[in-house]
Amino acid sequence: MMSGKATLIVASGEHDKLYSAFIIGNGALAMGMEVSMYFTFWSLERLKKKGINKGPLSKMNFLGLGKLFLKWKMKKANVRTLDKMLDDYVELGGKIFACDMTMGIMGINREDLRDDIITEYCAVGTYVKEARESEITLYL
Amino acid sequence: MIYGRQNEIVTHKRWDQKMAQEINVDCRGENCPVPLVETRKAIRKAEKDDVIIVTGDHPASKKEIPMAVEAMGLELLSVEGKEDNWEIKIRI
Repeated sequence: MMSGKATLIVASGEHDKLYSAFIIGNGALAMGMEVSMYFTFWSLERLKKKGINKGPLSKMNFLGLGKLFLKWKMKKANVRTLDKMLDDYVELGGKIFACDMTMGIMGINREDLRDDIITEYCAVGTYVKEARESEITLYL
Repeated sequence: MIYGRQNEIVTHKRWDQKMAQEINVDCRGENCPVPLVETRKAIRKAEKDDVIIVTGDHPASKKEIPMAVEAMGLELLSVEGKEDNWEIKIRI
């Protein structure tokens, strides 16, 4: 029943970028695609336990006030929260890969991360292998 | 006695065959991408010949759910209603 594959690199740890990643990822899963997300650099912070909602906005954060305003607007528009989107992504079979090398650079250990949702700890080769089989690849 | 046994066997066979189910997915009030996601969840759980009925009021989803149905090679039975109040029927 699956048709095609989407592979996303998530390098940013900002709240809005994570939203983009999970909206696209969930959309692709819902349309019957296989989806893999590669978390590297700043996004690894969001894979930490209770870390998913902690990113600032990439623009107009204003020390967190901008983010509060956006969250309020999103709640009014009945947009699903980021942690629920992550749950949906996992429930629909989306895969999450954590980049081993950048974990070392960022000083992040496996014990810090949500091991229950991470499919694999990997390096660039896994991404290239999957990306060359994919119809969609994005860098966020 | 013999009749009884035969009847038992017949009943057993019928009991084994699963009836196709009707599954309702209410997405009214939900925004992007929830109607698509909830439809997909229902499709994953459904079995062959089940019918999924999705109701919603998110305009873009009225077009996009049929796209997903087509992409997955399922049968689109009907799309009814207005942009902001629609019902889509899908057969697995």
